[in-house]
Amino acid sequence: MVQLTINGTASQIDADPDMPLLWALRDELKLTGTKFGCGLAQCGACTVHVDGVPVRSCQTFLGDVEGTEVTTIEGADGAAMAALQAAWVELDVPQCGYCQSGQLMSAAALLSETPNPSDEDIDAAMDGNICRCATYARIRKAIHRAAETMEA
Amino acid sequence: MFAQRMKSVLPAPQPSRRGFLKLSLGAGAGLVIGAHMPGIASAATESAAGDGVFNPFVKIAPDSSVTVFIKHLDKGQGVYTGLSTLVAEELNATREQLAPEFAPADATTYNNLLWGPVQGSGGSTAIANSWEQYRKAGATARAMLVAAAAESWGVPAAEIMVSAGVISHPGGNQATFGEFAEAASRLPIPETVPLKTPEQYVYIGKAFPRLDSDAKSTGQATYTQDIQLDGMLVAVLTQPPKFGATVAAYDDTDALAVNGVEAVVQVPQGVAVIANSTWAAMQGREVLSIDWDETAAETRGSDEILAEYRAAADTPGTVLRDDEGVEEALAGAATIIEREYVFPYLSHAPMEPMNAVVQITGDGAIVWTGSQVPTIDQGAAAAVLGLQPQQVDIRTLFAGGSFGRRAMANGDYVAQAAAIAKAHGQGQPIKLIYTREDDMRGGYYRPLMVHRVRAGLDADGNIVGWHHRIVGQPILRGTPFEGMLQGGPDITMIEGAHPTAYALPRARFELHEMQVGVPVLWWRSVGHTHTAYVMETMIDELAIAAGKDPVAYRLSLLGEHPRHRGVLELAAEKAGWDTPLPEGRFRGVAVHESFSSYVAEVAEISADDGILKVEKVTIAVDCGTAVNPDQVVAQMEGGMGYGLSAALREKLIIAGGEVEDGNYDTYTPLRISDMPEVDVHIVPSSEAPTGVGEPGTPPIAPAVANAWAAATGDRITSLPFTDHDIVA
Repeated sequence: MVQLTINGTASQIDADPDMPLLWALRDELKLTGTKFGCGLAQCGACTVHVDGVPVRSCQTFLGDVEGTEVTTIEGADGAAMAALQAAWVELDVPQCGYCQSGQLMSAAALLSETPNPSDEDIDAAMDGNICRCATYARIRKAIHRAAETMEA
Repeated sequence: MFAQRMKSVLPAPQPSRRGFLKLSLGAGAGLVIGAHMPGIASAATESAAGDGVFNPFVKIAPDSSVTVFIKHLDKGQGVYTGLSTLVAEELNATREQLAPEFAPADATTYNNLLWGPVQGSGGSTAIANSWEQYRKAGATARAMLVAAAAESWGVPAAEIMVSAGVISHPGGNQATFGEFAEAASRLPIPETVPLKTPEQYVYIGKAFPRLDSDAKSTGQATYTQDIQLDGMLVAVLTQPPKFGATVAAYDDTDALAVNGVEAVVQVPQGVAVIANSTWAAMQGREVLSIDWDETAAETRGSDEILAEYRAAADTPGTVLRDDEGVEEALAGAATIIEREYVFPYLSHAPMEPMNAVVQITGDGAIVWTGSQVPTIDQGAAAAVLGLQPQQVDIRTLFAGGSFGRRAMANGDYVAQAAAIAKAHGQGQPIKLIYTREDDMRGGYYRPLMVHRVRAGLDADGNIVGWHHRIVGQPILRGTPFEGMLQGGPDITMIEGAHPTAYALPRARFELHEMQVGVPVLWWRSVGHTHTAYVMETMIDELAIAAGKDPVAYRLSLLGEHPRHRGVLELAAEKAGWDTPLPEGRFRGVAVHESFSSYVAEVAEISADDGILKVEKVTIAVDCGTAVNPDQVVAQMEGGMGYGLSAALREKLIIAGGEVEDGNYDTYTPLRISDMPEVDVHIVPSSEAPTGVGEPGTPPIAPAVANAWAAATGDRITSLPFTDHDIVA
């Protein structure tokens, strides 16, 4: 039994501590907004926050997050995420949309640390998130837009 | 031919309306049963189905919400929004009223009008084939709402207006759609309804935001991967490491001992582990032991296959075009340029690996998947399960990309999921999940291709002769789609090269269709992925050899093709083709028609000591009427990015019959730091719309190659660029 806080709620998960957090979230808790893309921490589709830090949940084991606070796309509700989601919708960023939960979680972590990121900051923070639809130009634009809204 | 061929392989269209009604009811599908398509209703007196169902595409609820049934898969290209826009335009509904739903599988009602009796998406046809159909569906529904209001209010229908979701009469009456939906949906379907002229459009050609952006920005959109059902089990399937191998024997003792594993079953495609969670299924598979019979397997790798293609390229192939005097013209040419081009196998590698959920029910089966060709998926599942196709209820979900991968000619993973559910035989829904490695090693690649071109110029730089030989593996031949070839060459290997828009005075094109056991498939823009590269880099090289400007040279060869010229001139103008560049920056251009759309791209690169960076891409597109201009822009951005990804770094390697690459660590797609600035321009047009999902892809690789040649003088003739000591 692993105890942790998920999206603000104290949770107990009765699963193998070696199970990747990704599958615990998706299969045990039915939080399917976090996506499986590669299983190898290569694509970022499974990005969640553990104690505020973006991690690849496919390579984070349940036993390693005991006692932490995990936030998924379903529970991310800070100012940065709100601004990002508004910008994502305003600029129609998603195409297939499958990677976008992970993109948003990485972007929210970026804006929390760096409220007004440069293009280089965006490259550094977002290069771990693949989008095969190549919505990258709009992702970049939307992060800048969200940063502007938050400053205003 | 196509229709005849499809009939023999696929579920036949229903012979009559009565038959359709009966079978649909029997399957309990419960959707828009028995309604006819507007425009082909047998008589004007035909009445709609009632219950707010106006026709197979439009249903209006008492709360005025408008359900638009989307017959095509949305895999990112935006057809969920695009088809809704067409209905809303003619219905005069508001965007907020729209509640699209993916249509069920029905090859009679929801077929692709450009394909015959097959429901499916591909070849950038979704908007093109639906353009009139969905507008008529909206216009018909509006006319019926007006008729119902006229009757209720006792006023002439001609005096009633419909605007922004409101029905009104100058006398003061006003109503929502919902108030008349039920009555209107029982009225006769008008045989002809006038459609708007372009000046009357309120949505088409204007801003109309996507209807799925919110769900896709909050984690709420549902993909096949996300399906959760009571009692559902998860399966992973081990397929043979070599294509064409089969299971000789397996030992499931250790797999069955894994906590959560419920069963291990053999199916024609391999051995599946079924468990109560994804992780348990994956763990079970880790300890599954399988012996493969490789007697019939393909054991060649990319190198051996390439060597065979090169040997074939030394010999004459099937002649596609044979102008008189080609050899004589080349013999007398002042300049000859001869090149061999090599293109690797490519994986589609969409973000959502392949998957399907199958549940066998009392009277049929339900399949949840991102179904790109529902008619084939339905037929494939039915064949496996011993059912009639109509007994298979396909429930289409958003797909996390496809790029061609989900348009299977044989049902592939849907048939596998059905076989696993059948072998398990307990009735629970089973979700088959591919891991990334399963997806990348499971076949269906852009085929490896070889081109050889010998072109000659006279002393003035005019092309006098062109000899072109293409070698590779056909995509259509041997599949249910072979009938499309009508006995001719496999067009997926030559489209974009032959026929060509360029005026080549004397040309000979030849083709070798090779037999290889590696499954291949259409990959975003299909044959154009390689033909555009060959044509556009060779023409560029000839222009330079002739001492001519690459844009001007192309224009001189495109005399009879105004739409090619139009996009080329627009892209060149917007990119500032004739203006000087900062030091270290270089430009290259390419123009190509695919799927009846025309795209020109100018790539601006920096090239510094073997490091290539694509800085900016200027795109001009002529796709006829741009139904949703911002989504045309999005598809140009994404299509270009997908092509750039392949050009820079993608190459799937097969060695000894086994695929070496399994994940994004060695098969390395474009990332945000690689993405250039993109500037898209749409040629204004009132022509009928053509597709945009694919046409943005072909021009980018040759445009970048031409820029690299401008920078370095080096002509890159095999992809990807990183195979040539280039860092990208």
